[in-house]
Amino acid sequence: MAQPKDFGFGSEEQMLRDAARKFLKDHAPIEKLRALVAKDHKLAYESAVQPLAWDERVWKQMVELGWTALAVPESAGGAGMKTIAVAALAEEIGRAALPSPLIATLIATAVLREAGTDAAKTCLERVVGGAAASFAGPGAEGSWLPDATSIAVTESGNGAVLKGSVPFVQEARKAAFFVVAARDAKGGVGLYAVASDAPGLKILPDRVVDLTRDQARVEFDDVKVGTSAIVASSTGSVGAKAVAAALPAILTIVAADLCGAAEWQLQTTAEYARVRTQFDRLIGFFQAVKHPIVNVMIDVDRARSLTYAAACAIDTEPESALCLARMAKAAASDAGAFASSRSIQLHGGIGFTWECDVHIYVKRQKHNQFYFGDGPYQRAKIAQLIDRAA
Amino acid sequence: MTEHEEFREYCRRWLAENRPAAPSFRLPLSPIEVMTEEQRRYLCAWEKKCYEAGLIGCDYPKEYGGGGHAGFQQIAGQEMGRAQVPYLINVIGLSMAAPTILNHGTEEQKRRFIPPLLAADEIWCQGFSEPNAGSDLANAQASAVRDGDNWIINGHKVWTSLAHFASWMIMVTRTSNEHKYNGLTYFIVPIANTKGVTVRPLIKITGETGFNEVLFEDVVVPDAYRVDEIGKGWTVAMTTLLYERGAAEGAGSGGGISLDERIAQLVSLAKRSRRDGKPAWEDAIIRDRVAQLAIRVEGMRQGHRRMRVEPLTDHPMRLPLQAKVTVSELMQDIAAVALEIEGPAASLYVGDPGAPDNGQWPLAYLNSYGFTIAAGSNEIQRNILGERVLGLAKSK
Repeated sequence: MAQPKDFGFGSEEQMLRDAARKFLKDHAPIEKLRALVAKDHKLAYESAVQPLAWDERVWKQMVELGWTALAVPESAGGAGMKTIAVAALAEEIGRAALPSPLIATLIATAVLREAGTDAAKTCLERVVGGAAASFAGPGAEGSWLPDATSIAVTESGNGAVLKGSVPFVQEARKAAFFVVAARDAKGGVGLYAVASDAPGLKILPDRVVDLTRDQARVEFDDVKVGTSAIVASSTGSVGAKAVAAALPAILTIVAADLCGAAEWQLQTTAEYARVRTQFDRLIGFFQAVKHPIVNVMIDVDRARSLTYAAACAIDTEPESALCLARMAKAAASDAGAFASSRSIQLHGGIGFTWECDVHIYVKRQKHNQFYFGDGPYQRAKIAQLIDRAA
Repeated sequence: MTEHEEFREYCRRWLAENRPAAPSFRLPLSPIEVMTEEQRRYLCAWEKKCYEAGLIGCDYPKEYGGGGHAGFQQIAGQEMGRAQVPYLINVIGLSMAAPTILNHGTEEQKRRFIPPLLAADEIWCQGFSEPNAGSDLANAQASAVRDGDNWIINGHKVWTSLAHFASWMIMVTRTSNEHKYNGLTYFIVPIANTKGVTVRPLIKITGETGFNEVLFEDVVVPDAYRVDEIGKGWTVAMTTLLYERGAAEGAGSGGGISLDERIAQLVSLAKRSRRDGKPAWEDAIIRDRVAQLAIRVEGMRQGHRRMRVEPLTDHPMRLPLQAKVTVSELMQDIAAVALEIEGPAASLYVGDPGAPDNGQWPLAYLNSYGFTIAAGSNEIQRNILGERVLGLAKSK
């Protein structure tokens, strides 16, 4: 095994992780999260347009702490930290169920890094400066393949023109710009940087279950892109190659978010079983309660181990990264779903109410479970990979 | 190259050059299923060779027959697994008796018992469970009564793997009825050719023998064979169980079929098996099941890796205490999925000429319950995890 035994998680990474955990505990505690996203069920689910529930000041502080610069290479002014550090940070974001464009920006960063062009570098410099970004392309027709997109592009000498509509764009109303995958007439896929206020671009917010994010369908009505914003050309499908190279990191970041939230669900449910009394006993005494909580722990630990392994593989053993990242996403999706289900059930009646915080995490987990492919989706791809290896 | 990398290289080279020829008879899937004298002889010879080559007892002190190294045993175990050489038959000696004696034994006990144990000259068995003390181990009733410099043992132990080959047993006895836990005392008891000891085979659901019940009738054991203090048997037994459940590294392990190899076997089996007239491997649900198991195998490997990375583990015992549950259920589910892949051919048992893979999967499936029940049933393991790691109220 060419990978370091400690997953490359050294003192620098630990310092970052511990500082992030403390910062989020201080600036984004559960009471604040509740007040921010779940104050009013009518506001959340019955408004014509869902309100943007996030704390922009916290985001600005996160930028100042260097969290958007973390994954950006030093050549573009970033910190160039390892993927294991990025995964550790994403895990803390998940643990706090933080409404923020950081995860979307880290995903866009992974794509931009792989593109490697001057245009990509310009975008990365903006990210370091605090511009939130979001990757728009896959998701339509249930496909998360590297060349999946529902946007058409025509490239010419003076730039490119984008046309079409793309669903399931994360944090669309928080993003300063989008990294858009689009397909040309020959089938090649390119990547284009488009400001969120570009003429012809329309953001149509979804009404989403998850209270901790925004999501939209983004429409492109002949949106013009200058040559300096062509991140990767559609000629030779260079864009799809960049997305394929970034895919392990994308899956690992989403898996880490799921793991962090699942650990919160585990600890919160265990805490309830330690204090809630029925039949004159703490309910954790009953094996019908105890054993499912332990099963959640086993599943969460599997997902966490695989997520760290995938991150470390991206850093040190890229040839094994895709399989490990798919395993991590599959395990984390399933662990998140199971932890969600048990967190409601074992909280009993109170767990079914809006006033209990459990639903906030359940909804975030269900969102991330399907984003970039759930367990069965990943396993279908893993079967192909182990067939080739066998 | 570090000392550890050099040792890994050495293990690889030695194992490649010294792999034993396949026996003419069938070897069972695991050491606790060993039944016949010819199986025993073959496996003991292999184990002795491994010991002489320095692959067993690597981290044990030299004065007790070990290699005196640190961190070598895990490497040797990994390489034996990778090389898919035969497993080590003296598993109870290596994984349980040796670490227990090393932790709790007297100087004389360490010098007398550990060297022949490591060399596979003496096989060990474990006398913990009784007809009325299974999951509730502390209810053990086999009695030891003081008689001068000796103890007189009477009682009945069950599920005793390898007792029919064993020279010695590590045994939990009751020396006082006044306290449940503090009334237990731990002994090393001679088994082979010992007056008053009767070993009788128990027949498993597989139709095989391989484990036993052992009856003790006025068996005389010198006080020099007592391990640790009178009344400390529970504490000593917990040390044994820590190692038995895979939460700590013993004196040697490895060999047999690796879990990766089992996944590859499932893929191969699915390509050969037919389902609706097509290879079962083309069936999406079969592929999903195999991929799920592959994820669990990788997850377990990465969990073992993470166990040693302190800042990525939230509680020191959280991953170690999961080891026994995850591996035993994984083995069981691998066998269960193999049967699903085989479809109606899963009805064919060892010895049927048409049985896929020589009928090993129905046998493995039936045998897998030995592991989910033994060493503290997985229900008990989940109680321990919930109570010790998550702080839930005790279920007793």
